[in-house]
Amino acid sequence: MRTYLLLAAAEFRRFSTYRLAILAGVFTQSVFGFIRVSVLFAAISAAGGTLAGYDQRSASTYVWLGQALLAPIAIFGWIEIAERVSSGEIAVDFSRPVDLQLAWWARDVGRACFQLLSRGLPPLIIGALTIGLALPQSWTAYPLGVISLFLGVSISFMVRFLMNLIAFWTLDVRGFVGLYVVVVGPLCGLFVPVHLFPEWLRIIAYATPFPSMLQTPIDILSGWALDLAAVALVASQLAWLALLVGVARLMQWRAGLRLVVQGG
Amino acid sequence: MIASRGKLAQPGSRIHVYRTILGSRVKSQLVYRTSFWLNAVTSVAVGLVEFTELYVILANVPVFGGLNLPQAALVFALANAAFALAELVFGQLDTMPTYLRLGRLEVMLVRPMPLLLQLITSDFQLRRLGRVVISVVIIFVVLPKLHLDYTPATIYLLVITPFVGAAIYAAFFATAGGLQFFLINGPEFTAAFVYGGSYAGQLPASVLITPVRVFFTFVFPATVTAYLPALLIMGLEGPEFLPAWLGWFAPLFAAWAWLLAWLAWRAGMRRFTGAGG
Repeated sequence: MRTYLLLAAAEFRRFSTYRLAILAGVFTQSVFGFIRVSVLFAAISAAGGTLAGYDQRSASTYVWLGQALLAPIAIFGWIEIAERVSSGEIAVDFSRPVDLQLAWWARDVGRACFQLLSRGLPPLIIGALTIGLALPQSWTAYPLGVISLFLGVSISFMVRFLMNLIAFWTLDVRGFVGLYVVVVGPLCGLFVPVHLFPEWLRIIAYATPFPSMLQTPIDILSGWALDLAAVALVASQLAWLALLVGVARLMQWRAGLRLVVQGG
Repeated sequence: MIASRGKLAQPGSRIHVYRTILGSRVKSQLVYRTSFWLNAVTSVAVGLVEFTELYVILANVPVFGGLNLPQAALVFALANAAFALAELVFGQLDTMPTYLRLGRLEVMLVRPMPLLLQLITSDFQLRRLGRVVISVVIIFVVLPKLHLDYTPATIYLLVITPFVGAAIYAAFFATAGGLQFFLINGPEFTAAFVYGGSYAGQLPASVLITPVRVFFTFVFPATVTAYLPALLIMGLEGPEFLPAWLGWFAPLFAAWAWLLAWLAWRAGMRRFTGAGG
């Protein structure tokens, strides 16, 4: 356990070295935040004040939480492990005295913690000061929100980890990752809340783990889902995570069997 | 592969050189068929997926920013076609930070070709054409639903808008490339106006809150790439600070955007000292 905590801490420090990049990220995410707020406000006023339960304040909360969680949840292409597979370095990783999946998971949580503080909080504060945010109506939203956020980061990691393991079977991981990045954005509720989707699209979205990555933590932190409803959402996140961990275990085991090390 | 054409070495055949280089890039991409088609599908998906936002909103409300679904779709498709065209040619400039960090720019500077053109041709991506195609398809699907008067002015605007828009977005890419000389560790800054501009340009600009609307019209003229010309095409009025007649001046806005790009490149090149690559 201690090893994995140290790995997480090391990753936290590694990311803290790129200061200007953080400032750039905060600036860009804020600009996008203002555009997204504009879009939802216009839709809400066209609907006569509320839209699918969102008023201006709760819509603003949804947008700025989304901008804040974007970097920690990391809905981007990530092919670090895949590159290690194609370069052969993965053989070294397999021979380390730590578990491949758990080690990368720990590192990703460390990265997420740092990015939540550095890239997450500033846009949220900017949003609170300029547009205004709504606070949840029950204190349980905070502890449940933190758990949900951790699960969201973990689910996002497991999906990305799975994509990377594809590298053991095909050299063309970039294509798959590219397609994933395109699809995950709308389905995780990054552009418009999943609650606004027409029914057929909402069914597709909830058939994937993607809403559990972003929409669910936002729903719980913003107080959209309170108390028992929030607990139910956390339970569904746990189910997705368990499924993904299992599939990743299976793939990792099969990959280990396939791996042929050519000297070195 | 490039040297297989004998004319390459002849002076005065510069266009021929670019054609040969681009031809070789395209050819090399078509070698890996699966990869190419997977990427082309992704490119089409980008266009469709971006459209879901407008689709979802207009499934909830009948009118968004003064436009109904076909009208908003026209704005979206014109902007998306323009951005995709610009990305096809200038999207390579996104890799400027890598070129700078790895010291590959020095190598390009000693070659007898303009730097910008070398960067553009360095990794021309044919697969990006998918996004242009899907935009053109959307335009032709919605046009009959708009019941337009096809006057010469309308046709002129319909034809010229994607290209003028592409010129404006291309200028954003070029400005971003020039600014990278100053932003070595913070390349993400420029995404605010390159990709933020693309996002703002696809929306009915009437929905944007005033500071954003003014910024993306008079500093980085994203709303001019599609929304304003589309208002003229559909005979609609513009919102506050954004009269529709501004759409006639789109080429002027493109010139302004390129002035910004030129200034950014000039300042960048003056600052650039290289790291002994």
